[in-house]
Amino acid sequence: MGNILEVKDLNVFYGVIHAIKDISFTVGEGEIVTLIGANGAGKTTTLQTITGLIKARSGEVIYNGDNITQTPGCKLVGRGLAHVPEGRRVFADLTVYQNLMLGAFTRKDSQAELNKDLEVIYTRFPRLKERLDQPAGTLSGGEQQMLAMGRALMSKPKMILMDEPSMGLSPIYVNEIFDIIKKINEDGVTVLLVEQNANKALSVANRAYVLETGKIVLEGDAKKLMTDPQVKAAYLSE
Amino acid sequence: MSSFLSYLISGISLGSVYAIIALGYTMVYGIAKMLNFAHGDIIMVGAYIAFIVFTNMGLPPVVAILASVAGCTILGVLIERIAYKPLRGASSLSVLITAIGVSYFLQNSALLLFGADSKTFTSLVNIPSVTIMNGEVIISGVTIVSIAASIIVIVLLTLFINKTKAGQAMLAVSEDTGAATLMGIDVNKTIALTFAIGSALAGVAGVLLCSTYPVLSSQTGAMPGIKAFTAAVFGGIGSIPGAMIGGMVMGVVENLSKAYISSQLSDAIVFALLIIILLVKPTGLMGKKIQEKV
Repeated sequence: MGNILEVKDLNVFYGVIHAIKDISFTVGEGEIVTLIGANGAGKTTTLQTITGLIKARSGEVIYNGDNITQTPGCKLVGRGLAHVPEGRRVFADLTVYQNLMLGAFTRKDSQAELNKDLEVIYTRFPRLKERLDQPAGTLSGGEQQMLAMGRALMSKPKMILMDEPSMGLSPIYVNEIFDIIKKINEDGVTVLLVEQNANKALSVANRAYVLETGKIVLEGDAKKLMTDPQVKAAYLSE
Repeated sequence: MSSFLSYLISGISLGSVYAIIALGYTMVYGIAKMLNFAHGDIIMVGAYIAFIVFTNMGLPPVVAILASVAGCTILGVLIERIAYKPLRGASSLSVLITAIGVSYFLQNSALLLFGADSKTFTSLVNIPSVTIMNGEVIISGVTIVSIAASIIVIVLLTLFINKTKAGQAMLAVSEDTGAATLMGIDVNKTIALTFAIGSALAGVAGVLLCSTYPVLSSQTGAMPGIKAFTAAVFGGIGSIPGAMIGGMVMGVVENLSKAYISSQLSDAIVFALLIIILLVKPTGLMGKKIQEKV
């Protein structure tokens, strides 16, 4: 299997703050790869740089064989790279249905085709179907996370970047969200997952990278990292 | 009674024009998060274009209206591209000052091109007036056209926003530009489209305004611009129905104060009403509650 995403020697600055320091990693097609690390380690910044919301100072992002380092953010979802942002960022004043349709914004398919995909989303997230005409802002946190994921899936992505999908959710929702991530991956979508909940993230991922203050300090098989004493001490304290 | 009715109707007509202008303010604010203080002056440019095409060149009114709308659309998009786009991400104060600069630039360019003395604008609307209530109330053609135009504009705009992809993109950008980008929406294009629509409406407003009050000078757009801005704030800036209602209320209150209280005080009354509304409801009549993000 080839790599769907390659990040090479990426450097990102916020003003004078060097947020991402020479990060390199790869995601193979069909994998779930997770970036774990503490708050402020640069996980979200890495994802935002990949999808063009933040500009890199140097380094390269190769997606599907193309260098997308300079590609405007709005051009990526049409190429199959979706991003479920931190804090979900659903369009709170728009209905659940409008949110889902905005997910399909770049698609040129007929309404019949889109309706078929909506049905798939509804089977995966039955709660969204019950709330189609409700403004997204009235949903609970877990439901909003499902909507953000459903919205990303409506773009028919090859790869999804997920930023802290479990943040602020009750334990029941956390389990459900991770189950869904696994199912999405089983359907053939590559996942790059950023999480503070290292336990959960490592349990669903194939491989993992550990970020500390903008640098990758450890990498390897997810199951092996779970037993790594360093990782256990720093991230798996439960 | 009949005189009250005619004041009311001409107030609604004036309010319709304010509403059409206010829509431009409110859409640009909602989507680009900026106050385009040059919006009123685009109205003035539109009126000059219509004046040249109709009075100087002698072409039919429809051509003059189309030329005014087209000219304003191009002007609005150009202003956005040249003056505002480079300031994306700059502090809102810089953008505001730039907008005031653009406003002065347009006013002084008009002064230079057309001179300081005002022109008499010949009405582009030659629809006969209608008499109701046994001849006691006369509704002029331009009044009918203004009210009809505002209704058509609001219906088309609502359909556009709710039924088209570009309209949904506008809603998405107005809520969250970052998330909109992730949906594949080109934020810059969406903002340019918003300016195009707002400025096209300013072209319509320019023709209607000068057909009602036939004096055209470089200052023509300034006061209606400020009043329409007030109407937009009054209705809840960023809200399309709010702009419509705000415009109507402004027009009616202004006209009735002129008729029954004092024409000198009418503007003061209108602005006092704005202050009262904002004291009671700081986000305007239809404004959204400002939510603190946790």
